[in-house]
Amino acid sequence: MSTLVITIISLCAIGIVSAVILYFVAQKFKVEEDPRIDIVEGLLPGANCGGCGYPGCRGLAEAAVKSDTLDGILCPVGGAATMSKIAEALGREVSVQAPKIAVVRCNGTCDNRPRTNRYDGAQSCAIMHTLYIGETGCAFGCLGCGDCVNACQFDAIHMDENGLPVVDEEKCVACGACVKACPRGIIELRNKGPKNRRVFVSCVSKDKGAVARKACKAACIGCGKCAKECQFGAITVENNLAYIDFNKCRLCRKCVSACPTGAIHEVNFPPRKVEPEKAPSTPVEEEKKNEQL
Amino acid sequence: MLKTFKIGGVHPPENKLSAGEKIQVLPVPEQVVILLNQHIGAPATPIVKKGDTVKTGQLIATAGGFVSANIHSSVSGTVVAVDSVPDAAGLSKPAITIKTEGDEWMPEINREGEAAWDTLSKEDIVKAIAAAGIVGMGGATFPTQVKLTPPPGNKAEFLIVNGVECEPYLTSDHRVMLEKGEQIIVGVQMLMKAIGVSKAVIGIENNKKDAIAHLQQLASTQTGIEVCPLQVKYPQGGEKQLIQATTGRAVPSGALPIAVGAIVQNIGTVLAVYEAVAKHKPLIERIVTITGKSVKHPGNYLCRIGTPVSKLIEAAGGMPEDTVKVIGGGPMMGRAMVNVDSPITKGTSGILLINEKEGARRPMRSCIRCGKCVSACPMGLEPYLLARLAMANLLERLEEERVMDCIECGSCSFTCPSARPLLDYIRLGKGRTGAMIRNRKK
Repeated sequence: MSTLVITIISLCAIGIVSAVILYFVAQKFKVEEDPRIDIVEGLLPGANCGGCGYPGCRGLAEAAVKSDTLDGILCPVGGAATMSKIAEALGREVSVQAPKIAVVRCNGTCDNRPRTNRYDGAQSCAIMHTLYIGETGCAFGCLGCGDCVNACQFDAIHMDENGLPVVDEEKCVACGACVKACPRGIIELRNKGPKNRRVFVSCVSKDKGAVARKACKAACIGCGKCAKECQFGAITVENNLAYIDFNKCRLCRKCVSACPTGAIHEVNFPPRKVEPEKAPSTPVEEEKKNEQL
Repeated sequence: MLKTFKIGGVHPPENKLSAGEKIQVLPVPEQVVILLNQHIGAPATPIVKKGDTVKTGQLIATAGGFVSANIHSSVSGTVVAVDSVPDAAGLSKPAITIKTEGDEWMPEINREGEAAWDTLSKEDIVKAIAAAGIVGMGGATFPTQVKLTPPPGNKAEFLIVNGVECEPYLTSDHRVMLEKGEQIIVGVQMLMKAIGVSKAVIGIENNKKDAIAHLQQLASTQTGIEVCPLQVKYPQGGEKQLIQATTGRAVPSGALPIAVGAIVQNIGTVLAVYEAVAKHKPLIERIVTITGKSVKHPGNYLCRIGTPVSKLIEAAGGMPEDTVKVIGGGPMMGRAMVNVDSPITKGTSGILLINEKEGARRPMRSCIRCGKCVSACPMGLEPYLLARLAMANLLERLEEERVMDCIECGSCSFTCPSARPLLDYIRLGKGRTGAMIRNRKK
């Protein structure tokens, strides 16, 4: 009986002594951490995708608490809604950042861009890109092995039957993983736009017009017609390639009609009013134009 | 028991179809396209412009840096363009296009006779080699003059000549040793003088017995040159493997061969050195093997640099119907080409036409952890692990696992029973790890 009592008492004594030591040690070596970090982390989606540029959600939370203005900090997954919640929690103002979406800038479908050879090596765009031009005559376009699909943690990008990746607007959170995964830099994060309407140049070929056109029927040939048509100065043509600045673009869609190859895409617009149709230029004329370029 | 390297290695079918074919001269093409970057390092800077007339052997582009090489016209005629053309991979590369008119050589090139070279100093020989634009002709295309001037603090003890030709199918070096043996021996002596050594070893695999006998007989009258027959094993032509096979010395990880006192030169390079020093002839032609199981007349051709590959295929009886792949180089390390109109470069050792039967790939399956790749790797690496790390983009781990030691020989992919493209992934990881290391140094 006495053995039992002694055991209980001695264990209790050890416990109390250890607790006292631990208490003082904890006081002495206390790590000051802002409790707000936990609060902010709780508001974030918790996907730890790294799309914000910080190492996971806690990284962003720490940065947000440290920052005075929240400038340049955006959770692409949660978007403006999450950021305003965070701002509220921290008692700061957040400038509303337009929601973004990944946009695939390549027109090289099987129809537009004939395959000139067949690749049977390792199924990875990154490897294919280091080896050669790709299965078509275009050195800039989509390689079609789906590195972007593998990189997406939100199941928001898939290869379609035309051999190009297609972004699911509902699921895409603009984390930018696909942008980093694409060895050819085809994917860009662009403003989602009012009512999800967007206009963009769906080509990244810097080849000269004739070369680009030969490789792909719907390539940007850098003719500059769109830039002339644009009243808002949103379009620049550099290295035989047009680019639409989404901050300046007012979605008038004139460039879309002006583009001779159909390289500029409009998304989610209602059908156009039927206009008196101009006679479409014949392929022969187009060839001549290309040669002039 | 013949010598060979100690770890790893595989034995692919040799398929030396063109070994018995004498070197033939390919007619000068109507037009040549000379790429400005036929070597490792900075591209050469063109010094001719459109409309200029050039002679065969005339300098048309100068070395663009320390690690770079001069480029000479391989024909006489008119420069029709200095612009970009698609290379074998289909990518645009800067090049000079020359339309052939006659075949007038530069007067200083001594095509028939042989100039005295005994009086030349060490520096003169290296200078002549640099002027001739010679690069490593085994395929690595590293500028030879850079290799011959080791960094200070290192002393070369011997020259190793690589007559291994361990790649299946290729026979250009084999034919050179048989037909130009005398010149090879003189070239070896020139190189020995240039690096200041008194000992040279010519390593030849035992599947070329005639070449071994021929060179042994020629070398017996010379001092300091030894012919070393080697057991047939791929990749014995790798620099580090060859040094170990011939001398037993192991080059430490990350070090150059000079660390163990060796300088390795390919047989093709030795011939080019001979021609540059004794005949003042720059590197404007090379011997290329055209081969393949379905090819009508596999052979070895002396081609002008810049000749379209398609001309060579025509000379061998045309492209067989069942060709599915055209490879520049050998089947193990060569690269498939998409553009057969691309020019032959200084590093093109062979053109291999793969037929349907040989070109069929087995479907890729899961890694079964059999470890065959580990025992095949001549560098003692773990290819299955490197490939996985590369897929996951774990660059620091890759560096720890010595990915930079990989010589990209392809033994791992060759031996994998699950047909996994291990080397493709490792090469990707190696490239990214290399970039990471370079950025760190900045």
